[in-house]
Amino acid sequence: MNNPYIVLPVIFQLFIAVLLMFSWNSKNIQKLISVTGSLIALVISILLLVKVNTEGIQIMQAGGWAAPFGITFVADTFSSLLVLLTAIAGLAVSVYSVGSIRNARVKFGYFPIFHLLIMGLSGAFLTGDIFNLYVWFEIIIISSFVLLTIGGEKAQIEGAIKYVTMNLLASVIFLTAIAILYGLTGSLNMADLSLRVAEIENRGLVNVTAVLFLVGFGIKSAVFPLYFWLPASYHTPPPAISAIFGGLLTKVGVYALLRVFTLIFVPDAFLSTVIMVLAIFTILSGGIGALIQNNMRKVISYLIICHIGFMLAGLGVYSSLAIAGAIFYLVHDIVVKTNLFMVSGLIFKFKGTYSMRLLGSFYKEHPKLSLLMAVPLFSLVGIPPLSGFWGKLLILQGAIEQTNILVVVFVILGSFLTLFIIARLWSEVFWKDGPELPEKKHIKYFNALKPLKRRAMIGSILFLSLISLGIGFGAEWVMRLSIKIAENLMDPTQYIQAVLGN
Amino acid sequence: MEILLVIIIGLLYAAGIYMMLRRSLVKLIIGLILLGNGANLLIFLLGKIVKGQPPIIASSEKMLGELYADPVPQALILTAIVISFGLQAFAIILVKRAYKVVKTDDLDEMNATDEDL
Repeated sequence: MNNPYIVLPVIFQLFIAVLLMFSWNSKNIQKLISVTGSLIALVISILLLVKVNTEGIQIMQAGGWAAPFGITFVADTFSSLLVLLTAIAGLAVSVYSVGSIRNARVKFGYFPIFHLLIMGLSGAFLTGDIFNLYVWFEIIIISSFVLLTIGGEKAQIEGAIKYVTMNLLASVIFLTAIAILYGLTGSLNMADLSLRVAEIENRGLVNVTAVLFLVGFGIKSAVFPLYFWLPASYHTPPPAISAIFGGLLTKVGVYALLRVFTLIFVPDAFLSTVIMVLAIFTILSGGIGALIQNNMRKVISYLIICHIGFMLAGLGVYSSLAIAGAIFYLVHDIVVKTNLFMVSGLIFKFKGTYSMRLLGSFYKEHPKLSLLMAVPLFSLVGIPPLSGFWGKLLILQGAIEQTNILVVVFVILGSFLTLFIIARLWSEVFWKDGPELPEKKHIKYFNALKPLKRRAMIGSILFLSLISLGIGFGAEWVMRLSIKIAENLMDPTQYIQAVLGN
Repeated sequence: MEILLVIIIGLLYAAGIYMMLRRSLVKLIIGLILLGNGANLLIFLLGKIVKGQPPIIASSEKMLGELYADPVPQALILTAIVISFGLQAFAIILVKRAYKVVKTDDLDEMNATDEDL
């Protein structure tokens, strides 16, 4: 049962990061190592998913200490699917960085930190120990702090202040929750906790702990009313960094919510109502926030919040169909949000601005590129058969099955808001005749870049767009996988048995 | 002992949140540090405090006695201290940097990220 290879996606990223630090001064070697490393990491995570899918849950007990005494790593289908998505987004952003990250930032260690961030994300997905999850979260946030501030522009620093404060606060709340949980149960192993929490008689205290977890993870995944740091910081760093943040950082919070609220705390009527109300307000505030923004990257930032609401709504409905929908949407959202930030960066390279008022006539000037960019934009709206449609369909089916009219209404409303926002973005940026923009001296425009850099930027967008299309057209396969994951989440006996033996 | 710790933890949390709500950047960091210390003490308290019972198995025995000090919370606190030390070091440098760039330590003045481009 003890399969040490499941931590390979984590260890390998650490290995790449160390290797990158040895070639600190030569930027070309760093780029080469980063891209090949990400490619190998992708292969590793595909192998992991295949193995888990055919042979069942894989376990690693660190140091050979039997659960629940040591730290356990668990690769079930959910974890390994998310590790695969992390590797996909990591590869795309790594290639994109080759084209778009300035040499000054590479000199300050952009690539090593980037791989440490990916390592933290993979670790958070694979761990089966609640305190270890906290440690991975800290690795993620410290790497993201460095990435957010690297370059040190004024907006970056100001955004970072808000981001750092809220994330540190979230960590403290998370740690408090772990402390209380340990006091209640005397265990940190998530499978063991699942059994022990169910036996506690003082349900009031259990609910308080659950709410502390909800607040801690809620800040990290930008849930209403704890999302204000996100639109204040995600548009400040270079687009490659925004892409990895937008694609993965909030989603690791959603993963933690899905995991903790199915395995450890089974929401009672009160808690699922709270989650549902939060989801509804998240959808509304994200959607309405995006309506009034003019900066393209801020629009996408608010859309992240809006769509976090969809996933939370799936959790709030709490049926295996709705959770399957949330997981499908999670898969789709990681790919599309990463891609959208990269698209916005590419548009910036052509036009030198993110302001939608100043942008325009992109379709006239670059028709082929515009068609490529249409793929992530319309996937996000969820026009069938593109990828966004299927996740929402499952959530709606789940909600209708449970006759949960509120969720149905607000998910549909959120979809309409998204449609309206994307249509506005499309007409402002691509169709409208834009004004002549003055050349800005400090920006290196797309046409001044070397051909390799240009191909890297377009290639990575093409790669993720193809994956998006693959999710849309191969929806049956992804749907089967999500339903399987959701069923395993709703009935965690398999997970518990795999970790604890019998 | 427990009562004393409970009062201290409550004070640390309260002071931490109060400091975080002030407008000054430095007070914000102090608030975060206080909160972190409060959380560490909370782990210590909830690990059940036992006096003079180290978790060492005597050479004549095969198992630990009934009551012993749980070593796990101490390992957790140690980890949490090291992590928060690193994060706080980063946060302090960030505050210094922000003061240099923005030329104020008033959080209400920091709204460049909300400006429309």
